[in-house]
Amino acid sequence: MNLLSRRKLINQIALTLSMLAMAFGLFWLAWILYTVLHLGLAGLSLDIFTKMTPPPGAADGGLLNALAGSGLLVVVSTLVGTPLGILVGVYLAEYGRTSWLGNTTRYVNDLLLSAPSIVIGLFVWIVVVSRMGTYSGWAGILALSLIMIPVVVRTTENMLQLVPNTLREAAYALGAPKRKVIMSVTLRAAKSGVVTGLLLAIARIAGETAPLLFTALSNPFWSVDLGKPIANLPVTINSFAMSPFVEWQQIAWAGVLVMTACVLTLNVIARIFFRQEQSH
Amino acid sequence: MKVVLERDTTVSGAALAPDFSLVLDNQTRSASSMSGGKRDLGDVAFTWLVRGVAVFVLLVLLGIIVALVLASLPTIKTLGVSFLTTAEWNPPMNRYGALIPIYGTLVTSLIALVIAVPVSFGIALFLTELSPVWLRRPLGTAIELLAAIPSIVYGMWGLLIFAPIFAEYGQPFIAATLGKIPYIGLLFSGPALGIGLLTAGIILAIMIIPFIASVMRDVFAITPPMLKESAYGLGCTTWEVVWNVVLPHSKVGVVGGVMLGLGRALGETMAVTFVIGNTNFLSSPSLFMPGNSITSAVANEFAEASTGLHTSALMELSLLLFVITLIVLVISKKLLARLSRNEGERS
Amino acid sequence: MNNFIPQIEFKNFNFHYGKYHALKSINQSLPKHKVTAFIGPSGCGKSTLLRTINRMYDLYPDQRADGELLLDGNNILSPSVDLNVLRSKVGMVFQKPTPFPMSIYDNIAFGVRLHENMGKADMDERVEWALRKAALWDEVKDKLNKSGMSLSGGQQQRLCIARGVAVKPEVLLLDEPTSALDPISTMRIEELINELQPEFTIVIVTHNMQQAARISDYTAYMYLGELIEFGETDQIFVKPSKKQTEDYITGRFG
Repeated sequence: MNLLSRRKLINQIALTLSMLAMAFGLFWLAWILYTVLHLGLAGLSLDIFTKMTPPPGAADGGLLNALAGSGLLVVVSTLVGTPLGILVGVYLAEYGRTSWLGNTTRYVNDLLLSAPSIVIGLFVWIVVVSRMGTYSGWAGILALSLIMIPVVVRTTENMLQLVPNTLREAAYALGAPKRKVIMSVTLRAAKSGVVTGLLLAIARIAGETAPLLFTALSNPFWSVDLGKPIANLPVTINSFAMSPFVEWQQIAWAGVLVMTACVLTLNVIARIFFRQEQSH
Repeated sequence: MKVVLERDTTVSGAALAPDFSLVLDNQTRSASSMSGGKRDLGDVAFTWLVRGVAVFVLLVLLGIIVALVLASLPTIKTLGVSFLTTAEWNPPMNRYGALIPIYGTLVTSLIALVIAVPVSFGIALFLTELSPVWLRRPLGTAIELLAAIPSIVYGMWGLLIFAPIFAEYGQPFIAATLGKIPYIGLLFSGPALGIGLLTAGIILAIMIIPFIASVMRDVFAITPPMLKESAYGLGCTTWEVVWNVVLPHSKVGVVGGVMLGLGRALGETMAVTFVIGNTNFLSSPSLFMPGNSITSAVANEFAEASTGLHTSALMELSLLLFVITLIVLVISKKLLARLSRNEGERS
Repeated sequence: MNNFIPQIEFKNFNFHYGKYHALKSINQSLPKHKVTAFIGPSGCGKSTLLRTINRMYDLYPDQRADGELLLDGNNILSPSVDLNVLRSKVGMVFQKPTPFPMSIYDNIAFGVRLHENMGKADMDERVEWALRKAALWDEVKDKLNKSGMSLSGGQQQRLCIARGVAVKPEVLLLDEPTSALDPISTMRIEELINELQPEFTIVIVTHNMQQAARISDYTAYMYLGELIEFGETDQIFVKPSKKQTEDYITGRFG
């Protein structure tokens, strides 16, 4: 075989393999989503949203308390994590672009962004759970907020950096104090990006399981008292999935469907929203 | 006086910045505050607020390390180095050797890399060079969605769906092919249980593909078009351009992306816990055997850890994991930063 | 200047970027083993025209050419043309130096290996030949294993020329090859072009009138996607036949 046809053959093989790699990636996505849909829909019924988790021995029940608890945890964590994350992002982009504190914070934030969530859960266990002597909703919220903050910080800073300096200068030229410039001009200009980051951060904490094992734990009853262990979707799914009862496994799959649907919807909305806002 | 000093440092700090408009920005700002005569009190408060919150983030990282060290002091004191060098993990006898979970974490992450790196490279190649333009975004998003699926879903799917099928078709096939190779075959021998180190590694691979692939795609995409055209201009095929020019040009970033994926794999908990088998006994080198990882040991045993030493041993395991991932992440950040710096010099 | 042997022929040649009509009915031959310069204001299509000769535009899905473009009498727009082979016959050098991320030696050998099987000794000889052609040999002969990126800008550009020459193409396309270089490096490249001229057909795009006047045998003036005037360089610069050409040249020289 001559040199040219050998080169073309190698090229063909490589490009075919690359196509197969793409198909390989999509294959797992399709398989996992199919499983979640197939088994989740089988277990999904109105009971999931209206009944409590079944007590030991009982077969029928739902996920009402777990859904409520998870919703509460995610909402409060978002309320805690959002302002803190945005403020740090503002600091990095508007105050500490080149300062020592800014650079160090940026670095540490990026490390926390990829830190194992289980370690964050243990940290909260050490500083909160072991001192209070009880697992609690607040501990779960602290863990989820700590996971969320780095995500918000990163996107906020990136988006603020995209705001052109001329816009800031224009605001300063009107005599506005710095905080006004940031709050009503810079942040507003970066709004769509910051919201996108926020949605992605919520999506991330909505599916977190490991840190909740050591913080919020779980609760078989209706629970909205944040001072006590609180029912939540991931930990409930975790324990039901391992259970020997088929009915409980079905409930777990229904929970997985609800959780995955929420997380993926948030992801897709975030992307579409960002693209639309950017194209304006 | 202090206020003036601080203003000065802000300006000089900004003057070091490469962004010229930033310098202008700060000068206008200090000029306007000087003409005002005194600083707006609200501004001072706001500055301290954002600075305070930034310090809080720093303290969290420090806090995590200090808390973990303090919590693992009992085992560090009583067991010392033997914690890292013995393989017996026996809570009822109060014996703690971390070799098995450390081995499990490293081996599963290694398997994940062996699978995920070439696949991610293929995906990045497809997305940057082969795919029709209108398909690039949807396909890229689909791959990124793999990263959005909660890890517990991977765990359940892995245990209840993948493992049985893998035991019936995958493992016998691997045993009949790779298992026949001398020496290497030992890694793929023994009963096909479905769960085990290999299964955990495969699922980790699926989970980290989106991270590695999207970094690779991004660094491939910043290869200057002129450099690629130069190679095409010599008569290169697409593959030759990617392999000989694009990949060497972006290798630092590629390794950074791989490290990022490794960091993810090391710290993954739920997916691994479901499928690794959770046993602290390892009698054969086969990857088909069940094992344990640092994260799954902690997730499984923490709730029932009663004695102080058991909890402390799990804490030391986590400390170890945290330190390893931090090192991997620092390397990853260094490499990625070096790539973007080179990119800046060249343009 | 009288032995005009056409090597490249554009016949009723049109080019589109998506819906934008970038080149309009070009009919022109370019001579073998001469230097032809394309001049004109930016956006006039001179780079576009250059990039059709090795079909570089094929990399971008929304760009297309129609009409005929003959190289040695064969229509290179025909779908049956093998781009890898075409590009081994038509080399190209870009606005900025583009050394590959490999050693100086491999930068040269890389292109040769694509098209020819040869032993180590032959390859050494070819690399030296190409580097000598590009007047770079003496400067790099002791550091052939160093990265191509370690050279200065002017040296890098000569390395890129050597890389193109090493494949022994028939045509060499130069797309503003000195726009990123200092005056001394520019002068060396211009000398080099004159030395290469007897063996290669050279087509160069430049926005520098003096450069076109100094180094080219023929000059084409383009404006808004049309080829306004083509002729011997001396004639174009001294006594252009079209008013548009004259305005442009006097404006740029003045």
